[in-house]
Amino acid sequence: MNKKGKGRAGRKGVLPGFGLSLGFTVFYLSVLVLLPLSTIFINTAGMGWEKFFKTIFDPRVVASYKLSFGSSLIAGGINTVFGILLAWVLVRYQFPGKKLIDGLVDLPFALPTAVAGIALTTLYVPDGWIGRFLGFKVAFTPLGVIIALTFIGLPFVVRMVQPVLQNLEPELEEASASLGAGRAQTFWRVIFPELLPAALGGFALAFARSLGEYGSVVFISGNMPMKTEITPLLIMTKLEQYDYAGATAIAAVMLVISFILLLVINLLQWWSNRRYLEN
Amino acid sequence: MAGHVPMTYGETSVSRKTVKGGSPLIKWAAISAALGFLLLFLVLPLMAIFVQAFEKGLAAYAAAVSDKDALSAIKLTLIVAAISVPLNAFFGIAAAWAITKFHFRGKNLLMTIIDLPFAVSPVIAGLIFVLMFSSHGLFGDFLFRHDLKIIFALPGIVLATIFVTLPFTARELIPLMQSQGSAEEEASMTLGAGGFQTFWRITLPNIKWGLLYGIILCNARAIGEFGAVSVVSGHIRGMTNTMPLHIEILYNEYQFSAAFAVASLMSLLAIATLVIKSLLERAGKEQAGIKELKE
Amino acid sequence: MEKIGKQARLLLAAAGVLVLMLAGCSAGEKSSSGEKKEAGEAKRTVQLLNVSYDPTRELYENYNKEFAAYWKDKTGQDVTIQQSHGGSGKQARAVIDGLQADIVTLALAYDIDEISKAGGLLSSDWQSKLKDNSTPYTSTIVFLVRKGNPKQIHDWDDLVKKGVSVVTPNPKTSGGARWNYLAAWAYADKKYNHDEGKTKDFMKKLYKNVEVLDSGARGSTTTFVERGIGDVLIAWENEAYLSLNELGKDKFEIVNPSLSILAEPPVAVVDKISEKKGTEKVAKAYLEYLYSAKGQEIAAENYYRPRNQEVFKKFKSQFPSIEMVTVDKDFGGWKKAQEDHFSDGGTFDQIYQPK
Repeated sequence: MNKKGKGRAGRKGVLPGFGLSLGFTVFYLSVLVLLPLSTIFINTAGMGWEKFFKTIFDPRVVASYKLSFGSSLIAGGINTVFGILLAWVLVRYQFPGKKLIDGLVDLPFALPTAVAGIALTTLYVPDGWIGRFLGFKVAFTPLGVIIALTFIGLPFVVRMVQPVLQNLEPELEEASASLGAGRAQTFWRVIFPELLPAALGGFALAFARSLGEYGSVVFISGNMPMKTEITPLLIMTKLEQYDYAGATAIAAVMLVISFILLLVINLLQWWSNRRYLEN
Repeated sequence: MAGHVPMTYGETSVSRKTVKGGSPLIKWAAISAALGFLLLFLVLPLMAIFVQAFEKGLAAYAAAVSDKDALSAIKLTLIVAAISVPLNAFFGIAAAWAITKFHFRGKNLLMTIIDLPFAVSPVIAGLIFVLMFSSHGLFGDFLFRHDLKIIFALPGIVLATIFVTLPFTARELIPLMQSQGSAEEEASMTLGAGGFQTFWRITLPNIKWGLLYGIILCNARAIGEFGAVSVVSGHIRGMTNTMPLHIEILYNEYQFSAAFAVASLMSLLAIATLVIKSLLERAGKEQAGIKELKE
Repeated sequence: MEKIGKQARLLLAAAGVLVLMLAGCSAGEKSSSGEKKEAGEAKRTVQLLNVSYDPTRELYENYNKEFAAYWKDKTGQDVTIQQSHGGSGKQARAVIDGLQADIVTLALAYDIDEISKAGGLLSSDWQSKLKDNSTPYTSTIVFLVRKGNPKQIHDWDDLVKKGVSVVTPNPKTSGGARWNYLAAWAYADKKYNHDEGKTKDFMKKLYKNVEVLDSGARGSTTTFVERGIGDVLIAWENEAYLSLNELGKDKFEIVNPSLSILAEPPVAVVDKISEKKGTEKVAKAYLEYLYSAKGQEIAAENYYRPRNQEVFKKFKSQFPSIEMVTVDKDFGGWKKAQEDHFSDGGTFDQIYQPK
C-alpha cells in the first residue's frame, strides 16, 4: 500500500485495502458484466452495417420500439404524478394504516415479475375483477402493457421524492406563505422546483426499468407483432427463430439506450444532490 | 438505484411537524386518490393471487406446493439465491469500500457500470450468457470438449442471477458509507488497529443494517428473476426450473390454482421481505439517532 | 489504478477460484453421469431427457410411466425420463445451444432438420430411421368454438367474416401455428383454384381477424379458454379435445373444417448427445415403444391419432374423418414450406398486417 500511497490515494491514504477492493471490484465487473455484455457487440460486429441497419429498422422492430418507448413513457408519467402524490401523502399527512401503506409501496421490488404478470392478467381480462367493469379492453392491448409497466415502476418516484420532501425546510414554505403566496402558489413556486430533480430521477429509473421489462408484460400483452410486441419480447422471438444476429442487433440498440439513460440518471442525481447542498 | 434512497443528508427531523397539513378537504382528497391508486395497482393483484390460490380449497393448495416438481423448483431457487446473494454482498462491500474511502479517476464511470445490470433488459442478461456458453458461443467448443455444462444447468442460472442482482448491495452501501465518512476508520488506524480489524470492528457495525437491507433486496430479486433465467434454463422439469418458471409451466398446463398456489408462496416471501425491510430501516434509523445523540 | 497491488493479485486469484468453483458444480454433476457411461447397461438407473413441444405434456407424462415400467421389466434397469416443454422452435434452439436432449419430440420436421443442420447433432437422414416418417402419431387442425357455436362457425370461410375474432399462435415461433396456417392456405388454394393472389387475400382477411397472436400453442389455448378471448381457436385436434375435457364440455364445442392438414409431429434420437451420455439403446427403445400397441393406445387416449390401424379402429369414434392435405404432397416438404411461407419475407410477412 505504501508504495502507491504517493499518487491518488492522496488525502485519505491512511486506510488500507485500496488495491484489494478496487481490484476485486473491477475484476468482478469485468468477468460478470463487461465481458458478457461485450459479446453482444462482438456478435453484432460480424454482421455488417447494412444488415445491421436493415434489422434494427425493420418495420416490426420499429413498431416494438414505439410500443416500448411509448408505454414506458406513459407508465413513467403516471408514476411521476401518483408518485409525487403518494410521497406527499406519506410525508405530510397522518392517517391510520400509514406505515402499512409505506411498506406496501415497495411490493413491486419484492414480487417476482412473473407473479405480477399473471395476477394483473387475471384482473384485467374481460371477465376479470376489474376488466368486467371496464367498457374497453385492457389485457392484450397496449393498455395492458402500460398497466404492467406502471406496476413495475411504481416505487421509484415515491422513493426518490420522499426523502427530499422530508428534508424540505419548513421555513421556506412559511416564508412563502408570510409573503402572501397562496397554497397552490407555494406548491408550484417553492416546493415543486425542489422536488423536480428527484422526481425526474425517479421517472428516469422507472423508465429504464420499464424499457427492459419482460416477465410481467408477456402475460398481459397478447404479444401481437406490430401491435403489442415489446422490444425484449422481440429479442426472445428472434432467438426462437434461430436468428441470433437479429436478436443481438436489437439487443445492441437497447444496450446503448440503457447506457445513455444511466448517464442521464446519474446526471439528474448529481443535479439533485447539488441543489440540495446549495440550500 | 434499488429505489431506496438513504438519508444521506443527516438532517434531523425535529422541525418537521411545524408544517401545517392544510385544509382537511385537500388532505382527504389527496389521501383517497393515492390510496385508490395503490388499491388498483398493488392490493387487488395481491388479493387476486391468494383468492385464486385457494379457489380449489386447502387440500389442492397443499398438493400444489408439495408436488415433487414444485419442491425441486423451490430447492433450486434457494440454491441459486444462496450462491449469488453472498457473492454480490461481498462484491458490494468491496465496491463500496473502494468508492467511498478513496479518490481515484473514473469513479463515476465505475459507478455507472455497477448500475448497468439494473438498466439492461433481463432478456439481454440471459442472451449474453447464451452467446458466451452455448454450443456455438464464444466458449462453446471449450466447454463441449471438457464436458462442462454452463447454460441449461445450475451455473448458467446462477450467472444470470448474479448479473441481474449485482447492483443491489453496492448501491445500498455506497451512499451510506459516503454519508458516514472515514473519520472513525482513520482514528482506529492511527490508534494502531490493523486494516481488517478496523473493518470488522468499526465499518461493519456501522453499515450492518444497510448491508442487510441490500441483501434482502438482492435476495428478493434473485428468487423472483424470470426473464433472464428463462433464457438460460432449458426448462427441464425437476432440474432447471426455478419457482417463477414452475409457475409459468403450471399456468400453461391449465393448472391455474396450482400456479397461483406457488405464486402465493412467492408473494408471502415478498411480503416477508417487505416486513424485514421496514424493520431494518427502523433499526438503521435508530442506530443513526443514537450516534447523533452520543455526539 | 495503474498497478494492482499484491493483495489485489491474491484476491484476483481467489475470485478466479470462485468462478472455477461455479463451473465445478457442473463438472461435478457431469462426472456422476460420466460414471454411468462407463458402467454402461450394468448401471441400475439411467436418465433420459425428452425435449418436446407444448401440447404433449399430458401424453408424455402418461407414456413415461408406462415406458419406465416396461423397461424395468425388460432389462431390470430403472429409467427416469425428464421432460422439457415449450414452443417447438424455441426447444429446437435450446438443443442446438447445448440442451442435453437424448430425444426430441417436436411439432414439425423442420425443427429437427434445423438441429441436424445448424447443430450437427444428428444425421440428415434422421427421418428415415423410424417407421412412418418417424411420426408415431399424427393429428390435425380443428376449430374450438364456444358452446352453441354463437357465431355459426362451420368452415374456414366463416373465419374471415367480419366480426369473427380468431385466436391462433404466431407461425414464426409456434410449430402448431404453422400447421394452422398451412391448413388455411390449403383450403383457400383449393377454393380459388391455385390463384395465389386470392389465396393471399383470404389469408390477409383471416389474420386480420386474429385477436391475440401468442408465441405458443398452449398460450393460445389459455387465452381462448381461460381468458375468454375470441370466438374461435384454431388448434391441434388433441389440444382441442384436451381443453374440452379438462375445462368443461359445457363451455366449448369442436368444429371440424371441410379440409385440414395431416399434422405429423416427428420424433428422433439426438445421436451425438445420446452417444456421449451412453444412452443410445434406451433412447431408441423409448421411441420404438411409441409404435407398440401400448404406446399407440396411450397416444390415442391423449387424442393423438395413432398410426396403428387396430388401435385407431378402437378409438374411431374419437377421430372423425376429415379430408387432409399433407406437407410433403401439397407444399413440397417442410423445407420449401418454411421458405415459402415462414422465413423473413415469406407469405406470412407479406399478408400479416397490424390492425
